[in-house]
Amino acid sequence: MTAYRVEVRVMPRAALLDPQGQAVEHALHALGFGEVARVRVGKHLLLDVEAASRDEAAARARAMCDRLLANPVTEDFDVAVGTG
Amino acid sequence: MPRVAVVVFPGSNCDADTLAAARAAGCDAYYVWHRDTDLQRADVVVLPGGFSYGDYLRSGAIARFSPVMASVAAHARAGGPVLGICNGFQILCEAGLLPGGLMRNARQRFLSRPAWVRVESTDTPFTRLYQVGEVLELPIAHGDGRYVADPGTTAELEAGDRVVWRYVRDNPNGSTNEIAGICNAGRNVVGIMPHPERRNAPVLGGPDGARVFLSMEARNATQHAVDVRAVGDRHLRV
Repeated sequence: MTAYRVEVRVMPRAALLDPQGQAVEHALHALGFGEVARVRVGKHLLLDVEAASRDEAAARARAMCDRLLANPVTEDFDVAVGTG
Repeated sequence: MPRVAVVVFPGSNCDADTLAAARAAGCDAYYVWHRDTDLQRADVVVLPGGFSYGDYLRSGAIARFSPVMASVAAHARAGGPVLGICNGFQILCEAGLLPGGLMRNARQRFLSRPAWVRVESTDTPFTRLYQVGEVLELPIAHGDGRYVADPGTTAELEAGDRVVWRYVRDNPNGSTNEIAGICNAGRNVVGIMPHPERRNAPVLGGPDGARVFLSMEARNATQHAVDVRAVGDRHLRV
């Protein structure tokens, strides 16, 4: 078994209103960063996972997202596995 | 007298109000700790408001895996009435017992104030003593109250008369179709964001929420009447 650092990114569904992202976008505009067209705010989770392979670590992390880490109704996720 | 189990999660904070409202309506209400799996022959299960597990990850996301939830799901599958209020509604959505989900209020802020809802369906165990179209004043107290569902699910809710309460005057959280509460296809699982248990007596500002709890008692009485008639005329007694 090897230890892998798994990064999970959970984002609100693109079609749904993201009031947190909007508030940040407005604040950036107020600070003079007018070039920002859109901001969305999500979550970034770091997991240290023991697995036999990178693929297994990724598969387990996706299963964790399906069960708990992301809500399929309101959120999308992606998983990236770093080196052990 | 219906037996009403009020489930207590770590972080529930409307459990005592909910128990008191159920008792005031004549129910035999009692607490069930979230780690217990025995609902003690409950007729009705209520998941109260609060901030189970500090709303970590998402509101209700961790509470839905509490040991008691398997029993709540079994009760619901058997047709038993389940009511989720506020955080309880969020937990029912996370558990998949109700469709859709609850997201951050459109205007970001936590809201604690009165809201107005119209009763859209009286065909649930918790609204049978209301009239369709009645407008109720009920307190809201939530940060994640914006009900969302995909367009197909929303259309199903509307077509099936499964929107039970809808905000009127204003939509405090930006919910889809002004939805404040819904039920499942079987109509026995109901979720509501406002707090009927906080408005069940004049001393609390009005009685508009009381009939949610009185409806449980009425349902029970009706059910027993039917049961007794089925046994034989000499037992006919309501």
